[in-house]
Amino acid sequence: MKRLSTFLVVMLCLGYAFFYIPILSMMFFSFNKSKLATVWGGFSFDPYVRLFKTNAVWDAAGLSLMIAVISATFATILGTMAGMALARFKRFPGRTAFSGLVTSPLIMPEVITGISLALLFIGIGYATGLMRGATTITIAHITFSMSYVAVIVQSRLASMDRSVEEAAMDLGSKPAQVLFDVTLPIIAPALVSGWLLAFTLSLDDVVITTFTNGPGSTTLPLYIFGQARLGVKPEMNALATIIVTLVGTGVAIAGILMHRAEQKRLRDERQAYAANK
Amino acid sequence: MPDDGGKPQSGPIWLDAAAKPFISIEGVTKRFGSFTAVDNVTLKVFKGELFALLGGSGCGKSTLLRMLAGFETPTEGKILIDGQDMAGIPPYERPVNMMFQSYALFPHMTVEKNIGYGLKHENMSDAERADRVKMLIDLVQLGQFAQRKPHQLSGGQRQRVALARALAKQPKLLLLDEPLGALDKKLREQTQFELMNIQDKVGITFIVVTHDQEEAMTLATRIAVMDKGVIRQTGTPTEIYEYPRTKFVADFIGSINQFEGEVKSSKKGFVTVSVPLTNTEMTVPHDRDLPEGSKVAVAVRPEKLTITRKAPAKGVNAVTGTVVDLGYFGKDSLYRIKLASGALVRVNHVNSKRAGEGERVAVWEDKVWLTFDPSSAILLAE
Repeated sequence: MKRLSTFLVVMLCLGYAFFYIPILSMMFFSFNKSKLATVWGGFSFDPYVRLFKTNAVWDAAGLSLMIAVISATFATILGTMAGMALARFKRFPGRTAFSGLVTSPLIMPEVITGISLALLFIGIGYATGLMRGATTITIAHITFSMSYVAVIVQSRLASMDRSVEEAAMDLGSKPAQVLFDVTLPIIAPALVSGWLLAFTLSLDDVVITTFTNGPGSTTLPLYIFGQARLGVKPEMNALATIIVTLVGTGVAIAGILMHRAEQKRLRDERQAYAANK
Repeated sequence: MPDDGGKPQSGPIWLDAAAKPFISIEGVTKRFGSFTAVDNVTLKVFKGELFALLGGSGCGKSTLLRMLAGFETPTEGKILIDGQDMAGIPPYERPVNMMFQSYALFPHMTVEKNIGYGLKHENMSDAERADRVKMLIDLVQLGQFAQRKPHQLSGGQRQRVALARALAKQPKLLLLDEPLGALDKKLREQTQFELMNIQDKVGITFIVVTHDQEEAMTLATRIAVMDKGVIRQTGTPTEIYEYPRTKFVADFIGSINQFEGEVKSSKKGFVTVSVPLTNTEMTVPHDRDLPEGSKVAVAVRPEKLTITRKAPAKGVNAVTGTVVDLGYFGKDSLYRIKLASGALVRVNHVNSKRAGEGERVAVWEDKVWLTFDPSSAILLAE
């Protein structure tokens, strides 16, 4: 193998350092005995113990997960419908307006979306007595994350071979059945990534959540943000360390599984060609 | 399948004026915006035929096929299948199945599921369904691949799955869009004959769309040559090759040499044409009388020209020139002869003698004569 030049090695190390030192130092300080986050007071599991005893953290985490699951699911359903309309119907009255509306949350500053949603919910609140809280947060999250799903689904459908759907229709399936038999299974990976993206966006959203939450509906990001304003505590480092570990493990497992699937696919393809000779 | 009882037919069904066509395309036009893809096409296809729509890309052949399948609606005209008007009938209710150019296999289903997909709408028991699928898998010889998914198959295997899937519902009409387009030459030839075998076995009507004239010639009972949305000529492969009616058809099917000229005299089925290009007169048979002075072209296929070094007798159709190119292909050689006028003529010479033994017919720079029998030439009128 060609040896890397010293310059490249130095730049590579700097790059890694830039990415990982903040996370590693945070993990390191999560084992801090001192109650001050930035002053090292010796190794201890105390921050973790205190974290597990803080109920507010777990309430917030539970609420965040619930909102994320519900909003991601609804966003996936609505976003898929919007994406299909955009990909499959090239001309209908108001298509340009519809397309603009679907993608506007992607380019609109979050504060603007937040303010407009807050005004809307206040208005609805006067009219119907709907209190702002978990429900309004969920609706707000659906609103912006369905845009992402719509864009993902639209681009997947644009690259999909339509003759596969025509073949299903040719073999006797009505359009609705074609959707469930053929289209949705084929675009399933796009739906899964759309759902995961919507889930992630909901889970760490602060700005829009701030504008749409009400009393008693504190999500995990809002809780952490609130705590950090009072100075970073070792408990927050501990919480962040747990999250980083969970996400890191998840990504590693997904990577291994994908690598295996790819290997299997290559093996199958080779087999197919060998058998054909 | 019902047996025809040995087919005691007196002649091809398409010559029988009283025969009822199975598919009748009547004055069909399809426009996309200002572009006319199919222009007033009228066509009859009979039961059991293997009919080929032949033409270059963009000639409208695929659009015509898609209108038969129901994916496009004719702008004008109507399509009848087995006497039934197809207007307003969606693809999923037509007695037609299609094999797509891209094969369009369902990527998430196994070979078995792909082939059996159309049967889930049929009113039949699970056992019957399984039997039918098994029979089809055997027909296309994919037994050991039944549980594979499309991406685990080679191109030829995928193509056979697509064919089996299209045959599963035992359609009255099978449409094939460039069925052999994605295969290499060896596999194509093999599949061509397989396709003909299957058609013999199941006896349904096939319509094949292709841009490959060889494919159309070997497969089809009849061919319709299309160009710019119009059918230029319909006929058996022999008719199309030996008696093309227009310059386009003559040029599209195989290669042909054309000598443009004017009719000098015309009598008893023979026409004498004076060809200014070669400064000679040629005699060619023709079935209708042409007025003197009308512009025509005498067309001769390269394999129907004889190449000699000796000047022919008077009255024989001949042109003269020098050899500028010589290509040796093994079974035959291709000569390109430059006439005095500068025009190039192609000649195919069958190498009946082994190369190196005896003298070659002609080599570069040789002055040669090309002769042809009057009956080998075709007269193409404008």
